[in-house]
Amino acid sequence: MKKLLTGNEAIARGAYEAGCVVAAAYPGTPSTEILENIAGYQEIYAEWSPNEKVALEVASGAAIGGARALAAMKHVGLNVAADPLFTMAYEGVNGGLVIVTADDPGTHSSQNEQDNRYYAPHAKVALLEPSDSQECKDFVKAAFALSEEYDLPVIIRVTTRVCHSKSLVELGERAEIGVKPYSKNVQKYAMTPAHAKVRHVIVEEKLGDLQAAAEQSPFNRVEWGGRTKGIITSGISYQYAQEVFGEEASYLKLGLTYPLPEQLIREFAAAVEEVFIIEENDPYLENSIKALGVECKGKALLPVCGELNPGIIRQAFFPEMIKAENGESIEKAEKPEGNSQAELSIPGRPPVLCAGCPHRGLFYALSKLKDVVVSGDIGCYTLGLTPPLGVTDTVICMGASISAGIGLEKAFQQGGVPRKVFSCIGDSTFFHSGITGLVDAVYNKSKICVVIMDNRITAMTGHQVNPGTGRTLQGEETTALDLEQLVRAVGIKTENIRIVDPYHLAETEKAVREAEAAQEPFVIITRRPCALLKDVQRARAGISCMIAPEKCKKCKACLKIGCPAIAVKEGQVLIDQTACNGCGLCQQVCKFGAIAKVGE
Amino acid sequence: MQEEKQKKMPELNMGKKNKTKLENKALLLVGVGGQGTILASKVLSEGLVKQGYDVKMSEIHGMAQRGGSVTTQIKFGKKIYAPIVGAGEADVIVAFEKLEAARYLFQLKKMGTLIVNDHEIYPLPVLLGQQQYPDNVLSVLEKQVGKRIGQLKVLQANTIAVELGNVKAQNIVLLGTVIKALGLEDLDWAEVLKEFLPLKLHELNIKALEAGLRL
Repeated sequence: MKKLLTGNEAIARGAYEAGCVVAAAYPGTPSTEILENIAGYQEIYAEWSPNEKVALEVASGAAIGGARALAAMKHVGLNVAADPLFTMAYEGVNGGLVIVTADDPGTHSSQNEQDNRYYAPHAKVALLEPSDSQECKDFVKAAFALSEEYDLPVIIRVTTRVCHSKSLVELGERAEIGVKPYSKNVQKYAMTPAHAKVRHVIVEEKLGDLQAAAEQSPFNRVEWGGRTKGIITSGISYQYAQEVFGEEASYLKLGLTYPLPEQLIREFAAAVEEVFIIEENDPYLENSIKALGVECKGKALLPVCGELNPGIIRQAFFPEMIKAENGESIEKAEKPEGNSQAELSIPGRPPVLCAGCPHRGLFYALSKLKDVVVSGDIGCYTLGLTPPLGVTDTVICMGASISAGIGLEKAFQQGGVPRKVFSCIGDSTFFHSGITGLVDAVYNKSKICVVIMDNRITAMTGHQVNPGTGRTLQGEETTALDLEQLVRAVGIKTENIRIVDPYHLAETEKAVREAEAAQEPFVIITRRPCALLKDVQRARAGISCMIAPEKCKKCKACLKIGCPAIAVKEGQVLIDQTACNGCGLCQQVCKFGAIAKVGE
Repeated sequence: MQEEKQKKMPELNMGKKNKTKLENKALLLVGVGGQGTILASKVLSEGLVKQGYDVKMSEIHGMAQRGGSVTTQIKFGKKIYAPIVGAGEADVIVAFEKLEAARYLFQLKKMGTLIVNDHEIYPLPVLLGQQQYPDNVLSVLEKQVGKRIGQLKVLQANTIAVELGNVKAQNIVLLGTVIKALGLEDLDWAEVLKEFLPLKLHELNIKALEAGLRL
């Protein structure tokens, strides 16, 4: 049976069919749906781990214990999980270990555009790159077998367009592999310096074996067409190349991209007139192939930055053809503000905090403070940096709001111009990698204020449960982490903790003012579930705010909260009743009592 | 180039019950996060699979969802490689919001079909009063008919959905319209639609689909 699946659904299906029994991940676009779909298979234990390092360690332990195990993460997640990755290459596996990294060329939803293919040679593990959903499924299944055969973890590297594109997949049956017996083997599974010296030699040998096998690997195939152009490519770039060159070119389509099939590459190159490397972002293949002494062109023609597409390739290889065939319409591709739009000024549509978002109250309160610096973090609340709230100064990576906040405060102090730093972090991000920062703040006597924006869920990636939610990925009730207790346990004094409802502006403003004045590390927990949670929406259905036109002085103070439900239409300030959830923040900023809440 | 390769392909039923030569088709659904573009795309893709096409559909999730501009791309034909639709490549664009029609016009194939939901959702710069929501979107688009746009279809999907009982069904009204524009009415789309919705929403959405197919 064939089914239309996204790459992520197909990866989950591949894990299921391969007999995987343990899977762990931390949500992150574009990888999130992998575990969400795996969780649907009752044969597999699946968990949301607090972060990617934990996820990979859970999977690593499971693999040592004899289970086929998978860990999935977005590209930057592998930075967090890099520590276990490198050592697991030395330890090898018992049950197969597959790590899925979902890269985000074009930074659709990420803070950088890193190319995680480099992790494979760096960590000394095998690398597979599927180019559509069928390959996602097939490669995951093959990766488990490969991992066990070569006693190495295997990285599957996918990209946004592979993860989030649907294509047809032939479904198969699950192989019940079971869990292999575990026997103690400290030379292999306890990586002391003495063991590591020995294991390093073994890893190099295994990679040598795998490299020899790569020459015959079914993952790497040659598709002969015209011989003037020989294209070496992998992943989604293969699809783009096929669309542009069709049968005019020959292809060496690489599925196993570390170790590379050196002989196959040389033979292919010798059989075509010119070799071109078509790959997205970094010249990973190109540099490796050039190092073999094979003459080829890649980044001389194609960009390193941004997402690739057939149009970019066409432009690079057939610029004349584009002019002749498509004329002005393609010129607009370069400049979306083309003809028709000249007569028309199209306002941008940046993402915005939702109507009723509990983060808005905090950011509004912070926007009233003078001379504070706000260290931001990764989540919906990254939008705290956009106007009109615009309070956030810095965003680096998961958890950095707190630790970078400590550094900012130290810098100002060392410079003799102390400034108050607020570190704003969501509940899930705090569990991910904020706790250690808070420990540092207390232990090293920072004066920052950490605001934990507790909306009870991992919101931005689409409402995944987290340790504070009280429910597991597979729907079991569990112990919810107690934030106040944790904050106290790391040493924040009770008098320096405030728990506020960010829908209550006065309460929130009071807390941030007290935090501003504090001379010790301070924590504010803003507690209010995400407005988009189904039960919140149900409970608040029918509640909304309304503006009484006769009382409205059109001062537009309510517009300063940046709520997408409030707009000025034909001179009148109006609230869109269908979008509004009656959070009441606008009511609290209106000095003229012109806004009333209805439906409560 | 893709089309050249299709010369020897078998014929499939395409376009108003006429047997026409199969060409790969590209479709773009554009709108604003929360408008249901993704559901409409899923139903459409599933139906196309049932009709025997190779189908690829691509969407963007994540931060872009939060009130941002959302696009879904569908390609179908005998054999599809790239899942994304490039500039000037879309045979049909369905805009769930007026401004988005203008924003993505550059992706329409010359003389392609543009379906526009005459509905305005103010982007943040407009809400804040920093920019104006242009009042001439439709007239500018109309001027392009015969030059850039082959067929322009403007409809009030929101009004129709409200009349049927729930504004949220506007996406299915638009789905009906695009099915008609592509000449794909042969399939029992109501059956496909039911696979994606809970029972209690079947009646409303089937009515919405039928309304769209009539337009």
